[in-house]
Amino acid sequence: MSAIVQNEEFDVIIIGGGATGAGTARDCALRGLKVLLVERHDIAEGATGRNHGLLHSGARYAVTDQESATECIEENMILKKIAKHCVEETNGFFITLPEDDLSYQKQFVESCTKAGIQADIIDPKEAIRLEPSVNPDIIGAVRVPDGSVDPFRLTSSNIVDAKLHGAKILIYTEVLGFLKEQDRIAGIKVLDHQSGQTAEYRGKVVVNACGIWGHHMAELAGVKVGMFPAKGALLIFAHRVNGIVLNRCRKPANADILVPGDTICIIGTTSTRIPYEECDHMRVTPEEVDLLLSEGTKLAPSLASTRILRAYAGVRPLVSADNDPSGRNISRGIVCLDHEKRDGLKGFITITGGKLMTYRLMAEKCTDLVCQKLNIDKKCVTASTPLPGSEIKDMESETKKYWDNPTLTQKAAVGRLGSRASDIDLMDEVNSSLVCECEEVSVGEIQSAIDHLDVHNLIDLRRRTRLGMGTCQGGLCACRAAGLIAHAHQCAEKAKNDLNDFMRERWKGMYPIAWGETLREIEYTRWIYADGPETIIENKES
Amino acid sequence: MQEITQSTNNFEQCMKCTICTAYCPVVPVNPLFPGPKQGGPDGERLRLKNKFFFDENLKYCMNCKRCETACPSGVKIADIIHSARMNYSHVKPKLRDRILANTDFMGKVARPFAPIVNSVMATAPVKAIMDGVLGIPKERTFPKYQSHGFISWFRKNKEAHQSTFAHQISFFHGCSTEFQHPEVGRAFVEVMNALGYGVQLLDEKCCAVAMISNGLFDQAKRNAAHNIEIFEKAAKPIVTVSTTCTFTMRDEYPHILKVDNSSVRESIYIVEKLICELIDSGQVKLVFNPNYKATSCYHIPCHMEKLGWNIFTQKLLSLIPGLEMQTLDSNCCGIAGTYGFKKENYKNSQAIGKPLFDQIEKAHPDFVACECETCKWQIEMSTGYPVINPIVILADALDLEATFKANN
Repeated sequence: MSAIVQNEEFDVIIIGGGATGAGTARDCALRGLKVLLVERHDIAEGATGRNHGLLHSGARYAVTDQESATECIEENMILKKIAKHCVEETNGFFITLPEDDLSYQKQFVESCTKAGIQADIIDPKEAIRLEPSVNPDIIGAVRVPDGSVDPFRLTSSNIVDAKLHGAKILIYTEVLGFLKEQDRIAGIKVLDHQSGQTAEYRGKVVVNACGIWGHHMAELAGVKVGMFPAKGALLIFAHRVNGIVLNRCRKPANADILVPGDTICIIGTTSTRIPYEECDHMRVTPEEVDLLLSEGTKLAPSLASTRILRAYAGVRPLVSADNDPSGRNISRGIVCLDHEKRDGLKGFITITGGKLMTYRLMAEKCTDLVCQKLNIDKKCVTASTPLPGSEIKDMESETKKYWDNPTLTQKAAVGRLGSRASDIDLMDEVNSSLVCECEEVSVGEIQSAIDHLDVHNLIDLRRRTRLGMGTCQGGLCACRAAGLIAHAHQCAEKAKNDLNDFMRERWKGMYPIAWGETLREIEYTRWIYADGPETIIENKES
Repeated sequence: MQEITQSTNNFEQCMKCTICTAYCPVVPVNPLFPGPKQGGPDGERLRLKNKFFFDENLKYCMNCKRCETACPSGVKIADIIHSARMNYSHVKPKLRDRILANTDFMGKVARPFAPIVNSVMATAPVKAIMDGVLGIPKERTFPKYQSHGFISWFRKNKEAHQSTFAHQISFFHGCSTEFQHPEVGRAFVEVMNALGYGVQLLDEKCCAVAMISNGLFDQAKRNAAHNIEIFEKAAKPIVTVSTTCTFTMRDEYPHILKVDNSSVRESIYIVEKLICELIDSGQVKLVFNPNYKATSCYHIPCHMEKLGWNIFTQKLLSLIPGLEMQTLDSNCCGIAGTYGFKKENYKNSQAIGKPLFDQIEKAHPDFVACECETCKWQIEMSTGYPVINPIVILADALDLEATFKANN
């Protein structure tokens, strides 16, 4: 099959659909550039969706890395304004346990203050009153403006806005190589995994925003970016144990952050160096689970007996800088490489390092460089332009705009979509009926995601809507959603296969913690699907 | 690996099987009610995120506990719903709710004027006012207040010689025995005395069930604390004649009101359970009146089913030689205490009870047996069949003199 050659030339082609890529696509589109974003899998599938979802105040880095700390607090305040429907202002505590050195607290508070982070020492008793789940043995507590952020929603909102401003988004589209003209990258060769077609796209500048996978992408372009894959494992608990983010007031270490995110809470992370080849096949080990549990219960003792929903791991996209084997002491700083200056390769930029928290700043720096290369003089406006959905005062007043006596389903829609909830008619009986009961996701929300949010399969749908992220992990809702997808895509066969993949993916996260109530749930799900959807399909076919 | 995965937030045992919603009597008749699963374990996860996610429609929960009876995982679903109402609801109880909730206060006020109150309450203009102003449906028949309560009868006729019995028990008579159905209390004393047990009254306050369902949680807590305190000093067991009082004091005190009853919980009995245990252990004998003849249907109140104690009533009634008894299908009658007394619930309340009423009419018994006074009001109003408390049936069927001789 010959490749389809696209004649139109883009100003900028962005490779990678994580927060950074999506943010860069948005920034470029807002500055009037003609944008193409390609992603080999789904948006927010890599490191973007595999972290705590912590809206850092920067306090965690204050002592060891002032630059990161300052970036964090600035971005923290920006996201609270431009991404209201994606963030939650929970505050955070840095607690000191009897085994920790209380004198660290003073240095910590001073460093926070220096970085512009408000850090208030509060009485341990008051801390326990405000956050009853915290370890009652604490000897010190500092309050900082930490919060939580939904990385899926954040990335998706950036994509939506980029598209509103003319960007073209291609997901499940993998870059196989580059179009080169002498010392310049002139475009990309891609494979569309959906159709099996290859294609070529021309672009004046190509941005490598592939996170850890940027290592490989740079190689394809003929340059070298030494990445440092550090795996971090996390556990998701079945409900919120805490309302305030809990951190340890000491040098950053393993499993010392407990974040309340949406309906769950997350403990993490570990940090282990892994070979680059393992980035695509990560498994959480029993040792990691044990470590997360034993350290986690020091923050909140009730975690010891709280049901765990799943375990997962992500890879930090750190750029190798020294020989630290743990990867902890590497700066989380932003790395924006102009390969023309660095390697003599024109039209190619790598944006990496950083973290979810600073995705917007990374996008700004990268877009500045893109504009400079294109000789375009446009200022960045992403720090003050709300993302689609964020144009709300608060959930309560937003809900009141549409419904006198809002139901839980309507409230949940506003909680996730913000002002975009008004696009869905949730007074309609069918639209307001539930697909995912654990997370209160309605038919209308699912339908809207399928229609507008680049959903190709059930797993994509989960990232857009929280479908199947609740207690039953898709056991009851996946088949309903598969029905809706089958209807929308007019293909039952594909939806059946999707269902299969979806349940397998859910099982992957449950396997490392398959005991107690979760094991009962797994057995129940297995019973519903009679040994898995595969069997159902096979039986029907035979 | 975790040793236990059941935290204090008991909803984590929920497997999402949805059997609770299938068993909920409200769900099929009221689309506004989100159902026990959504309102209970599912909604709780969102409410823990933000109290904004509280749904005022949870007020449509009857607290019949059928969801909890059905749950294979032991999730206290209705408790979760009522705790959420207690913690998050912005709606203040209306005057109507306060009137309905204060069963003992209203009884005391109404009693001196009982004949007038009863006849006035039954007139069309008053019913129209109650309907329009208070939101109490005009179709609803009110239980009649009695001029002479149970306590004054007891003090006058029985109290003096109770101490002569070898065994002593405490009697929690409940509001309806005192104000509407003193015959239930009289039957209780006659039967227990015949079995050789002296009866002591308590300085009781209303069990508070109606306060819980009407959102008067502070008042409910005060009543609960008072009752537990007097129970601790009282002769054991503490015996009741009403299902809901029993259930409330045993399970709702600790679960919803967070009032610790562990010191007395196991001593709180309904009379049918006590008598069955005394028969089983050979401590008492029943002698029946050979001329007693009746046909009856037994309606199991939802809270009796939750307690799992209907077997005691069924067993006790089956001992009566002249009683032909059929147990009705498990079906909520729809009243759920004060729930059916509210205008907004009246239609649903009747729709919930319809299969039960139809079954009773088809069976055409002499009377219906039931331990719950509000089920009684509902069934009598909706079917016209008399509903009699099992202890009254037992008192009628026993040869009390012979029984007294056999046990004293």
